[in-house]
Amino acid sequence: MGRFLLTRLGLAAITLFLLSVLVFVGANLLPGNVARRKLGNLADQASVDQLNHQLGTDKPILQQYWNWISGFFHGDLGTSLTFNLPVSQLIGPALMHSLKLAAFAFVMVVPLAIVGGVVAALQRDRLTDRIITIGGLSLAVVPEFVTGIALILIFGLWLDLFPVSANAPDGSSILTQMKYLFLPALTLVIVLFGYISRITRAGTIEALDADYTRTAVLKGLPRRTVVRRHVLRNSLLPTIAVIATQTGYLIGGLVVIETLFNYPGMGKLIFTAANGKDFPLLASSVLIVGIVFLVATLLADVAYSLLNPRIRYATAE
Amino acid sequence: MTTLEDPTAPIAIPIRPDETKVERYERFRLLFRSPTFLLGFFLAGIWVICAIFGNLITPHDPVAPDILSKFEAPSGQHLFGTDKLGQDVLARVIVGARSVLVVAPLATILGTVLGTTIGLITGYYRGFVDEATMRVVDAVLAIPLIITALVAITAVGPSRTTLVLVIGFVFTPIIAKTVRAAVLGESRLEYVQAARLRNEHGPYVMFAEILPNVTGPIIVEFTVRLGYAIFTVATLAFLGFAADPTVPDWGQDISAHYPSINGGYWWPVLFPSLAIATLIVGINLIADAVAQLFER
Amino acid sequence: MTDAAIELQDLQVAYTVRGVDRAVLRGVSFQIGQGESYGLVGESGCGKTTAAFAIMRYLPRNAKIQSGSIRLNGEDMLGMGGGNVRRLHATTLSMVYQNPAAALNPSIRVGPQLTEVFQLLGGAKEEALHRSEEMLHKVQISDPKRVMRRYPHQLSGGMQQRVVIAMALAKNPTLLILDEPTTGLDATVEAEVLDLIGSLRQEFGTSVLFISHNLAVIAKMCERVGVLYAGRLVEQGAAQEVFRDPRHPYTVGLLRSIPRRGVRKDETALDTIPGFLPRLGATLPGCVFEPRCGLAKEICREQEPDLFPLGHGRASRCHFHDRAQELPRIAPVRLPAAHVTNGKPLLEVANGFKTFKQEGQDVQALVDVSLVVRPGEVLGLVGESGSGKTTLARVTAPDEGSRLEMDGEPLAGKVEKRSNEQVRSLQIVFQNPDGALNRRHSVRRIVGRALYKLLGLRGQTKEDRAIELAESVRFDQTLLGAKPAQLSGGLKQRVAIARAFAGDPRIVLCDEPTSALDVSVQAAILNLLVELQTQKGVSYIFISHDLGVVRYISDRIAVMYLGRIQEVGDAETVFGGPHHPYTEALLSAVPNLEGEERTRIRLEGEIPSATNPPSGCVFHTRCPRFLGEICVQEEPPLAEVEPGHLMRCHIPVEELRRLQADASAAAQAKTTT
Repeated sequence: MGRFLLTRLGLAAITLFLLSVLVFVGANLLPGNVARRKLGNLADQASVDQLNHQLGTDKPILQQYWNWISGFFHGDLGTSLTFNLPVSQLIGPALMHSLKLAAFAFVMVVPLAIVGGVVAALQRDRLTDRIITIGGLSLAVVPEFVTGIALILIFGLWLDLFPVSANAPDGSSILTQMKYLFLPALTLVIVLFGYISRITRAGTIEALDADYTRTAVLKGLPRRTVVRRHVLRNSLLPTIAVIATQTGYLIGGLVVIETLFNYPGMGKLIFTAANGKDFPLLASSVLIVGIVFLVATLLADVAYSLLNPRIRYATAE
Repeated sequence: MTTLEDPTAPIAIPIRPDETKVERYERFRLLFRSPTFLLGFFLAGIWVICAIFGNLITPHDPVAPDILSKFEAPSGQHLFGTDKLGQDVLARVIVGARSVLVVAPLATILGTVLGTTIGLITGYYRGFVDEATMRVVDAVLAIPLIITALVAITAVGPSRTTLVLVIGFVFTPIIAKTVRAAVLGESRLEYVQAARLRNEHGPYVMFAEILPNVTGPIIVEFTVRLGYAIFTVATLAFLGFAADPTVPDWGQDISAHYPSINGGYWWPVLFPSLAIATLIVGINLIADAVAQLFER
Repeated sequence: MTDAAIELQDLQVAYTVRGVDRAVLRGVSFQIGQGESYGLVGESGCGKTTAAFAIMRYLPRNAKIQSGSIRLNGEDMLGMGGGNVRRLHATTLSMVYQNPAAALNPSIRVGPQLTEVFQLLGGAKEEALHRSEEMLHKVQISDPKRVMRRYPHQLSGGMQQRVVIAMALAKNPTLLILDEPTTGLDATVEAEVLDLIGSLRQEFGTSVLFISHNLAVIAKMCERVGVLYAGRLVEQGAAQEVFRDPRHPYTVGLLRSIPRRGVRKDETALDTIPGFLPRLGATLPGCVFEPRCGLAKEICREQEPDLFPLGHGRASRCHFHDRAQELPRIAPVRLPAAHVTNGKPLLEVANGFKTFKQEGQDVQALVDVSLVVRPGEVLGLVGESGSGKTTLARVTAPDEGSRLEMDGEPLAGKVEKRSNEQVRSLQIVFQNPDGALNRRHSVRRIVGRALYKLLGLRGQTKEDRAIELAESVRFDQTLLGAKPAQLSGGLKQRVAIARAFAGDPRIVLCDEPTSALDVSVQAAILNLLVELQTQKGVSYIFISHDLGVVRYISDRIAVMYLGRIQEVGDAETVFGGPHHPYTEALLSAVPNLEGEERTRIRLEGEIPSATNPPSGCVFHTRCPRFLGEICVQEEPPLAEVEPGHLMRCHIPVEELRRLQADASAAAQAKTTT
């Protein structure tokens, strides 16, 4: 198991490095000279050059990359050009917001989707299964802003049950915050349910069709015991991986939902940074999102190796 | 009847050609009988017709502002009501299909072609090329697709061409990953080893031997990604990156009228949303039906 | 009369495929007495596994039992509800099937998987644990406590199957069904498991239904046997009698197609059964075997024969059962022996080493292997898993310092570096005909491509040559446009052979070419291989786990163990003796149809891992003729102990000859008393 994790860690480190390069290059492709943008088109060249020098944007690319990366490790993520604030000050609250929403959605969708997937598998090809599978999938592929709008219209406008903006007033209790976050979280639940339940269903069906399940049934065990003791622990492994891959999306990809619900999360921050050609903010926030994703997949690998005896005890007799 | 006298004569062989031909027709017949497929085909088909015939079937001119009739609720005259400029929402919805259905399929084709090539190469050659490419793919996939597309579009500015290119490139890594997995599975089979033993060149083995056997997963992947492409185009338009702001566009219309919801004007937002939803659901139902077809 | 343990009466089972009912079992009847072992034998599609699952009441959703009855200890099984069936599973019925690794839950330790059987019978946890340990002792697992803490993947194949058997016998069932339980296990491991099953059956008094396609195993394990063809029982009786004196043309044909009693290719070609197995669910008027039967007459087409009783429990479903053995032979000709030239070796491997990495450890696949293949010769390679026979045969990329030569010229490990001539000359026929042919290419394209690539042929010349090739492998021209999916296993393998021969090779590697085929088809393919070899003077490196087949076709044989050659010599010498101790054990492990008892040499322990081979002679840890310290310290060299016979053993060959002669005399004495 140690080997497995070490390999995974190594690969993640390489990917992280490549990611940072990619982000840096990508962000730098945004057209426009940094200082020029700040000072405007009317400023004279000398001032522009001076500012460029001050900001360090006239140095060679490799040096700029190094400055950025080493700054990153020291907690200095650069200064936002649009807001003139340290980037960390901007990312901090945005990240918190995204995490809250993600956690809320997560807590709702994961148990629901797993139960849905298992039930669909156990009722394979019957009506319950079709409803869960096709229904889940249809809801999942609808773009999140369509789902969000539908929910806003139904619950926010016509039924007036939940607030349309996700911003609770400062200092609200957890419960109040949850009330405000409910609609966007529900949108996410609808979007993710179909996908997660489908993987769980596939994993459960594979376990149900396996020889070892046949052995268990032929031992004379009641069906419920067979499912509980023999099937479930083998069916959930793929689900873990899938859930991990959704974290990147949950933390940084919710641009649309954050726009709809006026919620200051990472997605919106990145969008603002891209629009404003705010390179330091853009690069650092995208990298943060990537890091969250890599950490999540790494954790999923750890969980997988702990739960899969073939990896945990890799040595044979 | 068996020939026993001459041991060197070829043995009469009942092959099963009829069975396979029947099998193939059976597959297609099953497809057309599958309710999933039919529903999907119907839903997607409506929008394809709208995209093709566009202006010819609209009841009103979609781009004729008429301030006096702005924000009229759905009625006999305007089935979907009018928007803030007095334009007929139904007409805009019909014509709006065009921009989506031009960009999305092209982008998906681009992504599929690139992704398949990369998948074939990495899956067949393995080794360093494979490892290096997969690390890069993993790095790209660590960022949510929509963010990557967003940043790229911001950099190059939206247009039909740039949207096709950006979305195509953004989809390439994930398609490459799927194709690579299928190719890895095929490479283990002995006919690939047999080809190598004949000293066949790499490109021959990849394209003439392996590719015909992975078309199934590729087609499935294509239909799934098509749905995502439509989704991405609409989302980008919603965020302000429509291909052509002068032409009716679902995402753009939604974003333009979203603030008006507070005033109770729900129809300019709902109908384009439903359009997006039904088109994507239709495509995905087709994708599901096709996937089931290849599973058997 | 006590109730039979299990009794099937006229059982008819059909599968619904795409809306059509296809008959799989067409009225099968047999019974197994208390404590009796009954073998069900047949080729693929005959319905034997369906019969097993029907008895277990575990048929797939699209199967239906159309009529007939199954009685267990007199109780009607088909009328039972789910709860009763489960009760039977927990107390009276057990099944063991192929692939023990898959039969065990990979996420649960072995212990709980065994104790839950006892707990289901109402035992408390403590008692269940105790009885589980006892059970594991009974299946000859020496350290039950430790094994119970392990996960299945940590056990070897033989151990896994023992655990599965323990689970099956824990409940002391009335009937134990075994469906190909040892297929896929190494020969020596298989012998152990079969011996175990035999002794446990005696001890527990369980009735056994043993299903297999391997007649020798059935002969060893079963008292009575039923031969199944196309869902019909065509012959039944005491196993030894049926195999010695068959009374149905199908049984006759089957027995003739197996190389028995050390028959060799220069003596006679193997007899085959013409035609093909009927398609699943085909309607067969009259006798099911009629289309392929050399004795068939009008009556056979019109009227299906009953199962005629022949006295002493024997029965045969044939109108002409008394003349069954007069079935005309298909291949009476004697094939001319190939001319083995004693000149320059065709292929030579010297000091061959091959090590590769697996999960960070070094696996020594080949150690100091030196071998020679002469033109026109068939070299058989024999060995169990980990022996290195496949690695050797593939002759790709040996380590530094190894010498690999063809025709005196160095042969590169990587194919890209070989000359065209060399590429043409060395080809392979694979084991699995399904994977070996590209399923999207037509036969014409497959063969044509080989012709183009290896010989540079194009156009009409290529087409003509393709037809010639098809003829040489008895492949009907009209089928050249077909795709592999439309062909049977035997036909596919012919195409694979045609492809290998397309470039006029000098040496063809045959990697278990018949192992995936039905018994009756194997014979035809073997005949074809022999024919091609003699006609074209081609050499073969022939790998097979089936010693009868290897003995039949090989001129010389090399026996491998843990990456080293232990013995090389003429086929007759290797089989006749004196043998290397490992060869001796291997030969004694293989069951034979005649039921002759040779001294069963039992090898202790498992095959050591190739990552950590024993010191000195690698076989010393299991060698029944272990000498002493010298075997632990020093690896014996591969030395020529007789002209043309090389062996790697410290025991002098004369000593071996004497010891082995004594042993077989003792065995003879035992059987005669």
